[in-house]
Amino acid sequence: MSDGRDGFVPDLPSHQTGVGTPLGALGLDVSLTEIGPSRSLFEDAWRRFRRNKLAMFGLFLVVFLILVALFGPLFVQDPTKLSKTYLEGPTNQHPFGLDNKGGDVLARVVHGIRLSLFIGILATVLETFIGVVVGALAGWYGRYVDSVAMRFVDIMLGIPYIILAYAFITVLGRGVSAVILTLAFTAWLQTARTVRAGFIQVKQLEYIEAARALGVSGRRIMLRHILPNVLQPVVVLMAIGVGSAILSEAALSFLGVGVKPPNPSLGLMVSDAQSFLSSAPYLFFFPGIAIILTVLGFLLVGDGLRDALDVKDN
Amino acid sequence: MAVFIVRRLFSLAVTLLGGFTLLFILFFTLPSDPARVIAGGNGRAPSEAVIANTEKRLGLDKPVYEQYWNQLKDTVTLSGESFQTREPVSEMVTQRLPASLRLAIWAMLIEASVGIGAGVLSARRRNSLADTLTTTAAVVAGAIPVFVLGYLLTLVTGVYAFKHNWPEWARLPTLSNDYDPDKWFLFIPSLSQVEILIQPAIILAAVSTAIVARLTRTTMLEAQTSDHVRTARAKGLREKTVSRRHVLRNALIPVITFIGIDFGTIIGFAILTETVFQWPGLGSKIARAAGQSDLPVVLTLSMVVMLIYGLANLAVDISYAKLDPRIRLGGAK
Repeated sequence: MSDGRDGFVPDLPSHQTGVGTPLGALGLDVSLTEIGPSRSLFEDAWRRFRRNKLAMFGLFLVVFLILVALFGPLFVQDPTKLSKTYLEGPTNQHPFGLDNKGGDVLARVVHGIRLSLFIGILATVLETFIGVVVGALAGWYGRYVDSVAMRFVDIMLGIPYIILAYAFITVLGRGVSAVILTLAFTAWLQTARTVRAGFIQVKQLEYIEAARALGVSGRRIMLRHILPNVLQPVVVLMAIGVGSAILSEAALSFLGVGVKPPNPSLGLMVSDAQSFLSSAPYLFFFPGIAIILTVLGFLLVGDGLRDALDVKDN
Repeated sequence: MAVFIVRRLFSLAVTLLGGFTLLFILFFTLPSDPARVIAGGNGRAPSEAVIANTEKRLGLDKPVYEQYWNQLKDTVTLSGESFQTREPVSEMVTQRLPASLRLAIWAMLIEASVGIGAGVLSARRRNSLADTLTTTAAVVAGAIPVFVLGYLLTLVTGVYAFKHNWPEWARLPTLSNDYDPDKWFLFIPSLSQVEILIQPAIILAAVSTAIVARLTRTTMLEAQTSDHVRTARAKGLREKTVSRRHVLRNALIPVITFIGIDFGTIIGFAILTETVFQWPGLGSKIARAAGQSDLPVVLTLSMVVMLIYGLANLAVDISYAKLDPRIRLGGAK
């Protein structure tokens, strides 16, 4: 039945998904394949993506940084090990120099990237899950469910982001898991809005009416007939979401409410480097550049995906 | 129109009440109670009696609904007091709100002038060097954390400028300690205050400027190829008239919307910039107060920020109708 969808949905590309685990994807490649075994769409999107130089550069950055996060720790020393010397500029032994406590900056940056990616990806998966569930319920049931949910979203969006995150993190306490939860609880709003809008649009199409007429259950219509058709913008939001989550994590750590000190957080490293700006600027440069490259990679991939998946434009 | 404004103000009030309640619930379900934090300042370990006393003094021993009501009353009437210093919150608002607004206004002016200018240039000379530079800068700026950019700037103006004897004008103070409200006329600084304003304003505007440039470029390109512009050209209008009256005017509607909404966002996000430069605005105070569980301060100042945010959005919607005759407010369906 769902195979016959192509003809019914003029605006939306048809694609079938492994619907059971639409959110299980951690990395981008997985989410990309999830858009569908429907090869033509995937190949089309990939071809367009490949032509986009900026997007390919972003993909290169993301792959490179994931490799650094996975295998980098094998090549650098223990980030908590302290040398007897400290505040030493870059040398052969310590290519990024030593910080004010004698820690190897390279090791700390590599572990920092690992932590940033871990937090960013996990928070985004969680955030997407919340956003899709809330958006789907609001869009499908409409009426009171919709008003209440969207009113809540409006209120959350009305509070400046940092204050909201601050409030959540003071409740959840500091630490890696608290940061992940805070980022997820504060970032699902856009996803929910997007999914809701998609549900409202698709809900009234003829093939949904047909499915209802055939007696398909509401849950099945939601999961198998509507959800796959509204997930496309969500994939874009996910890629960009990882980037913004990493930015927010750095900001929270910088403000002193994020990850706790023994953990090598990039935001924390920049914050610590503040007092040594004139004597040891490398303490600030390396973690700063690491944050920028990580975020940039995901943002570029997100932008590229948006262009590649935008069927109307092509 | 009036109906529209009243309805929007009502909905803003509901949003503010909701935001207040959400923040209240979050802060009052703190695992560590504020009285303990406040009585135990400077690493003291307070006795239970002291904590109980503090709780009583701050009204934290009352039932939660009563506390909610008291906090709400204090927030609306601006009559709360800091848990930490007993300083009236109203005084903080009158001191810090102007500082926040001044910084935000200048950031917005930079954002609008530089962003729109770069965007228009970029769209006019498509694929030129200027275009490539603008689009690249616009992408990269979104990835740079505000505080990294802030330190980078202070590294140049506050460290290298002094180390390498750069001219006087390139040496800028890295902190805003010399901020003096008496030296301002509304939002116009005296010469001595420009020095401390310029860096935070640039940093606060940076990300938004990039977004505005990108948005302007896109909308300009779209408008250039639209039907009415082709008609205008076919009528034989001069290229200058076409681009000024037909392209720019249409292209700028979404840009102005964005800038208006962004004014509220800027005030909210100023927390980071204000912390980097220690600018004495609302944001840096909210951050510090939240760290100290100073609930009345956090609640009231956050509400002030949310109110500005909401009013900015409302102003945008109203000006939207003025700019674009196709839009009618008031819900005529």
